Amino acid sequence: MNDRLPPDVAPVINESGIPIRPLYTADDVAASGGQSMLGLPGEYPFTRGIHPLMYRRQPWTMRQYTGFGNASDTNARFKYLIANGQTGLNVAFDLPTQCGLDSDDPLAEGEVGRVGMAIDTLRDVEIAFDGIDLDRITVSLTINGSAAILIAMYLAMAERRGFDVKALRGTAQNDILKEYIGRGTWIFPVEPSLRLVGDTIEYCAQHAPKYSPVSVCGYHIRESGANPAQEMAYAFCIASAYADEVLRRGVPIDEFAGRLSFNFNIYGNLFEQVAKFRAGRGLWAKIVRERFGARKPGSMWLRMIAGGGGSGLTFEQPELNIVRGAYYALISALSGAQTMALCCYDEAYTIPSEYAQRISLRTMQLLIEEMGLCDTVDPLGGSYYVETLTNQMRDEMERIVADVDARGGIVGLISSGAIQSQVSAQAYRRQRDIEAGRFRKVGVNCYRTDAGEQDVEFHPYDEADARAQVERLADVRRTRDAGAVGRALEDVRRAAADGVNTMPAIVGAVKAYASVGEITAALTSVVGRYREPVRFED
Amino acid sequence: MSATARVRPIRVVLAKPGLDGHDQGAKVVVRAMMEAGMEVIYTGLRQTPEAVARIALEEDVDVIALSSMAGSHLAFCRRLKPLLEDAGLGDRLWIIGGNLPKQDHDALRALGFKGVFQTGSRLDDITGFIERDAGAATPAAGEGALP
Repeated sequence: MNDRLPPDVAPVINESGIPIRPLYTADDVAASGGQSMLGLPGEYPFTRGIHPLMYRRQPWTMRQYTGFGNASDTNARFKYLIANGQTGLNVAFDLPTQCGLDSDDPLAEGEVGRVGMAIDTLRDVEIAFDGIDLDRITVSLTINGSAAILIAMYLAMAERRGFDVKALRGTAQNDILKEYIGRGTWIFPVEPSLRLVGDTIEYCAQHAPKYSPVSVCGYHIRESGANPAQEMAYAFCIASAYADEVLRRGVPIDEFAGRLSFNFNIYGNLFEQVAKFRAGRGLWAKIVRERFGARKPGSMWLRMIAGGGGSGLTFEQPELNIVRGAYYALISALSGAQTMALCCYDEAYTIPSEYAQRISLRTMQLLIEEMGLCDTVDPLGGSYYVETLTNQMRDEMERIVADVDARGGIVGLISSGAIQSQVSAQAYRRQRDIEAGRFRKVGVNCYRTDAGEQDVEFHPYDEADARAQVERLADVRRTRDAGAVGRALEDVRRAAADGVNTMPAIVGAVKAYASVGEITAALTSVVGRYREPVRFED
Repeated sequence: MSATARVRPIRVVLAKPGLDGHDQGAKVVVRAMMEAGMEVIYTGLRQTPEAVARIALEEDVDVIALSSMAGSHLAFCRRLKPLLEDAGLGDRLWIIGGNLPKQDHDALRALGFKGVFQTGSRLDDITGFIERDAGAATPAAGEGALP
């Protein structure tokens, strides 16, 4: 039946290029490699989950992406979400903060506090987390180009509030290599950026060993046009590049690999996604053990946040995005994600409203409380289809990783713009397929309604908030010890010029209330700025 | 003016204004324009209004196109308009696409952005609009233009 489809039954090939059969049996599992990479949850190669009991012991952390205006506005929204049962925070920063600019920089005009919270100095970070118990609520900072500075501010704030930094948990995105492929908040050239990521990993391994200084993102590579197998394979190549950078400094793999975490996209075919995550857990464990020689099981864990998938959501009929979000949460739960952040239904229009965020939070709570998703580990394990596809997805990811290595490695391919050009060509073909109806999107190229535009409430942008932020920065500049700031910034310059770890100097500068823009300028005065390659071949 | 009467392909500068890093859509549109036979100068990210006006002038483009996803389109376009006019580019076709709330469309048109393309616009609609409107607007398309 599988090999001779009737002519009126169309072939199906998933996004990663794997042909899908109408029926799977034990023979398919055996032919795809059998159960050699299956094992039990909590045991190498962790295909079925990184912990033996998974959600039976503790459901996933719920961590909606939040931040707007200034630190006080965002602090209030944090407290609203915690009061509604959210168990972690996922902080959105405005673009000036992400690009290493102060709120009073001319390039920041019109952008202060628009797509996230504006942070200029440690003062803002103190306000943002005021009254929040950082032992109970773990915080994820969605920050990349300026991540070293924001990590330093977060650790300094926690220390001053009396938390034990050695025991502090939390995550920074801090994945600069993917910023060159998608998302675009790079600041420094590729090589010094990679060293800066290495500085944060090395520093945290010594000073904040429970803190996850990097969350490697397949997510944005997928958003930029990669297929699911490429998404995960490229993320593993990038994570390996960070590991190489830290190993080069003599830090043993088992001292930091356990604190590497990941962020993946969820939109697409349900079974392909579940297979992607199961396959990825096995492949990452294999890479960390065989290539990097790790011995500790925790070093091999693919710890991840999932649930978002902006490209899956539609501008048309936005209420359907609530339904899509529910399926994304289901896929994340079936895939064994440690943390979920669902895209909100209004995200194709605006930064999410309080109402939209509550719907996303309740969606996850429904799965936990009503649908039995936490009762048993890896509930799709043993399905002939899912096991076969898991084996095939892992083979495809391994092929892509080997191909990247054969072409000289991910750092070179990103520096030259080769990966960017490849995924953007794929995004173009996808858009053409959607417009021609070959790739179906409900509400976009089929099942359209004539109901007109939906009434989505826009998050208002408050110019007064931006002015208040500029005033707060001016106030900090007036009241801080200018001599201490100057010396601290000189320390940052010297550390960058000497090629030593810059984190101790950056921590010193933030404690003196040097600003994001000032510390960034100290670094660029030594390492320069990135220049974007523009390529449009396939 | 039909496209066949042109003595050179339509030249477009496509810019990413401000700090917004979402360039997937912009790059998709660049490819559609190239496939439609246009010459496209893609600026990359983080362009100031001054940079957009300078590149448009230096490259002698027929079309100035912006792709904005992060909400700062009105502030940017208000600063860009006088710069383009001072550079003598007021007669070129100005268009903008991206995440542009419906309530801002009239303001963008009033600023001189003749084409406003919301998220979800079809690629052929964008290139078709340019072929119609830049065909009429471009000085190089008229009789007596330089070879």
